[in-house]
This record gives sequence, C-alpha cells and structure tokens, in this order.
Amino acid sequence: MNQTLGVLARFANPAELIEAAQKVRDAGFEKFDCHSPFPIHGMDDAMGLKRSILGYIVGGMTITGATLGMALQYWIAAIEYPLVISGKPFFSWQAFIIVTFALFVLFGAFGAVFGMFGLNRLPRLHHPLFYSDQFAKATDDAFFVSIEVADKKFDETKTQEFLASIGGADIELVVGE
Amino acid sequence: MKFDNKTYMLLETDSFAKKALIAGAAGILLSVVGAFMDREQFYQAYLTAFTFFTTMSLGGLFFVLIHHITGAHWGMVMRRVAENLACTLPLMGFFMIPLFFGMHDLFHWSHADAVAHDPILQGKAGYLNVTFFVIRNIIYFVIWGWLVRSLRKLSVAQDKGDVEALGKMRRIAAGGTVLYALTVTLFSFDWLMSLDPHWYSTIFGVYVFSGGFLGGLAILAIMSIVLRNNGAGNFVTAEHTHDLGKFLFAFTAWWAYIGGAQYFLIWYGNIPEETIYFLHRWEHGWKEFSLFLILFHFIIPFIVLAFRAVKRVPILVVLMSVLFLVMHYADHFWMVAPTFNDHHFQVSWMHLTTLLGIGGIYLGFLFKKMGGAPIIAMNDPKLQKSIDHTVA
Repeated sequence: MNQTLGVLARFANPAELIEAAQKVRDAGFEKFDCHSPFPIHGMDDAMGLKRSILGYIVGGMTITGATLGMALQYWIAAIEYPLVISGKPFFSWQAFIIVTFALFVLFGAFGAVFGMFGLNRLPRLHHPLFYSDQFAKATDDAFFVSIEVADKKFDETKTQEFLASIGGADIELVVGE
Repeated sequence: MKFDNKTYMLLETDSFAKKALIAGAAGILLSVVGAFMDREQFYQAYLTAFTFFTTMSLGGLFFVLIHHITGAHWGMVMRRVAENLACTLPLMGFFMIPLFFGMHDLFHWSHADAVAHDPILQGKAGYLNVTFFVIRNIIYFVIWGWLVRSLRKLSVAQDKGDVEALGKMRRIAAGGTVLYALTVTLFSFDWLMSLDPHWYSTIFGVYVFSGGFLGGLAILAIMSIVLRNNGAGNFVTAEHTHDLGKFLFAFTAWWAYIGGAQYFLIWYGNIPEETIYFLHRWEHGWKEFSLFLILFHFIIPFIVLAFRAVKRVPILVVLMSVLFLVMHYADHFWMVAPTFNDHHFQVSWMHLTTLLGIGGIYLGFLFKKMGGAPIIAMNDPKLQKSIDHTVA
C-alpha cells in the first residue's frame, strides 16, 4: 500500500541549499536532510546539526584497546606462561608498549570506521527517497532538501508550500511503500 | 601591539622589544658574573639555553619549509610569523661564539690527555676534534642563515608583487629540507650527544628536532592568539589556532614516540655503554625529574589537547603552549645536566639568568622582526584560501 514518505525540493546551487537549510531549521523542522553531490562547508551549522559523538566513540575504543593490549600481555607473560626472556622481569611493561600502542591505534581506527557506519546507519540498501525519480540527480548536479513525514511539523500541503516559498523547485511528494 | 589593516604591519612592537632587550641585558650581565664564579656551571646553563632557543627557531624554519614544499594553504596566514621566528637563527649563531671558549668545560673529548688514554675517543677523533667541530658548526649556521635570509627576501619581494618569488621559494625549500635534516641531526649530535662521547643513539637528531618543532609550534600558537587579540582577527581566526592546537597535540605524541623509540631499543639491547644514558637520568634523584618530563611533556598535554573544546578556547591554548615551552626547556635541561651532575639533581641560578639573558635578547630581536615587515604575507596566492580556512 502506497503512503506518503516525505517532501523533496530542488535548489539551484550550494549557496541556495545552505540558505534553504537555515530557513528549514529556523522554521522548526527537525527530521529533514540536505543532499548534494559533494560536501559543503558550513552545512552542519546551517542545518543546526549537533557535533557528532564519533570522537568519544574513538576515545573510548582507544582506551579499551590499550587496556586490552597491556592486560593480554600481562596475563600471558606474568601469570599464565611466565618465561624469563633475556633476564628481564616477567612483567616488562617496556616491551609491551608496542603491542599496547598498536591495539590503541587499531581499536581507534575500528571505532572511527564502524562508528561512522553505525551513526550513518550504513550499510543500507534502500531509502524512501529512492522512490523519487529526480533524486538520482543528487549524485550529479542537483541540490535537494527533504523533509520526512515523521517530523512533528509535517503537513502534506503546508510543507510543500513552505518549500516553494523559500525558493525550492520541482517540489515532489515522495510516495512509496 | 596593534595590527594595521592597511599596511598589514604589526605596529608598536618596539616597546615590548625594548623591555625584552633590557631584561636580556640584565640576564647576560648576571650570567657573566656567574661565569667568573663558576665557569663550568655557567657553560652548562648557557648551553641549555642556547640549544633551547636554537631548536625552537629551527622549528619555525621547518614550518616555513614544509609550507612551501607542500603548498598547504591552512597555515599561510602564520607563515610570516614562522619566518620571523626562523630569522632569529643568525642571532643564535652569534650566541654560539662564547660556547667555543667553553669547550674544555663541556666536552670531555676536547681534552687531548683524555683522548690519549681512551681508545674509543681515539677512534672518534677524526670527527670529534675541536677544529672540525668549530668549522662544521659555523657551516650549519651559514646554511641556516642562507636559507632564512633568501626565503625572507623572496617573501618580502612577493609582498611587493614579485610573482616569480613563489616558485623560487618552493625550489629553495625543496633542497633546503634535505640540508635542514642533515644539519639539525649533526647539530644535535655535536652539542648534546657528544657531551657523553662514548654514548650514541642514531635517533637522537630526530628527538631533538621533535622537541624543537613542538616548541616552535607553541610560539606560533601563542602568536596566533596575540594577532587575533590585536586587530588581525580578519586574517587569523579561531580555525588557525585550532589547527595549530592539533599540531601541538600531534607533535607531543610524536616527541613521545621518538623518545620512546630511543629508550625502547636501548632498554631491549641492555648494553652498558648505551644504558648509561638512561641510568644517569634515573638514579641519584633524577628519576622524579624524568617522570615529571614524561608526565608534563606528553601524558597530560596529550589528554587535555585531545578535546576539541580546548583547542578553541584561546586561554587554554596559551596555557598549553606555555606548558610546552617550559617542558621544552626541561627536556634540554634533562639532556644536558645529568651528564655533569649524575650524583644528585641540581639546578643552578645561572640556568635562570642564562635563560633570561638569551631569552630577552631573543624575544627583543624576534619582536623587532615581527614589526619589520607586514605580519601577513599579503600577496601569496593561497592567502584567501587560508583566511577562509575552516576546521570541519
């Protein structure tokens, strides 16, 4: 059964897209997104996006990685399989720094990559906006603003009128299953 | 100090420069008194201050060289400041001269009778002898002076509309980087590593460079805020301070990485002639100082600077930069002093006076330079991009 999923409006260029994003933000919409073929500086501010928590995910992962790295070696070298190696103490933390550092970096990188995927909800095979035929141009030369039906302020006609009033063209009600 | 929006000059730097020069003169006077009281102690303190400031100037030079080679645009607004910092190198060459008269007080290998009884020093005599030492150190400063002067001349010519200057500076920087790497390595081998002529570490030059670059970056970070607060806010913005803060973060980690690599190989090999360096810095009261160095040169600033907010609050960036400058001095103190005082931890009042003496003249000279030419390299094609730079 077909249902309304959102509204899509096209803007002429990156500058207009930024302006439109500010107006949509100021109008009180929360569940909206901007689509462009390339990243645009200042878009985060224009959309009123909060800072990503990715940095804290990476920070937590690095600490976990370093702790695990050191603990693993400590357990092996000092508790479970104590061997004297070149006359040094069982727990020779100096020798363990390298693996600790490597796991610190590795976990940080995992945190950054998979955290990014997770926060972007990727991988994702389908998106409601793909029901729109013109949306494919977002990867080529078009700049879109979309407002989801889930937004509190969403209203089929009023939202379309609003997008037209801030300069949007080719306004489309995205309908799909 | 005040930034002039028409000429891009930093005005009224003279009063600060004058104060610094007076403080410097007083410091040098006191140090000279100290030299008559305890010559050995004077030269140790003087050497510490000398390498402390020289390596920071070299850090400034590196910043300029790397910007020319890579064509990076973000730091373009800070290029002239870094040039000014590098311009203090000829002054440091002048400050090197007194050290040539103190070589017998500093370098064990400069005593002919010591070499006569020491097969290791005999083997190194081809490199470690006073004549060659003096000649090659003059050569380092001639090379640095030439690099600094030609880059500066072209940079000012660019301000006046010379379009050829950019390519020429890039070519000089390309060859200059190779010369830079060689001379900085040998410079640190000569003045700091040969204090203990039996000991050697191939990574030592990189270690000294890493600390020096961090010190230079700390001065640049402070200057970025000085410029912002004095009317150049249209050019230097929070974004540039933020990126310099990132560099501080990265290079404190790098300093620890290089220092750790040096320590690690020596610890692993466990050969007495190599471990002696760290033994001198661990026993008889030096342990606490070594730990203090690791804690405040790396661990604490690394954790603090990891947070984005810190890099965007001017006062915190200044605080961290000052901490790095203090710790950069502590690092050089740590390299020099334990070689002579391996029986107990000791700081002399001459460490303060030589620091004040060379430092005052250094700052006075630096701020004369800051006011001597436009503080923004105004005709560089990358300037607008640099001004518009934003940290994502």
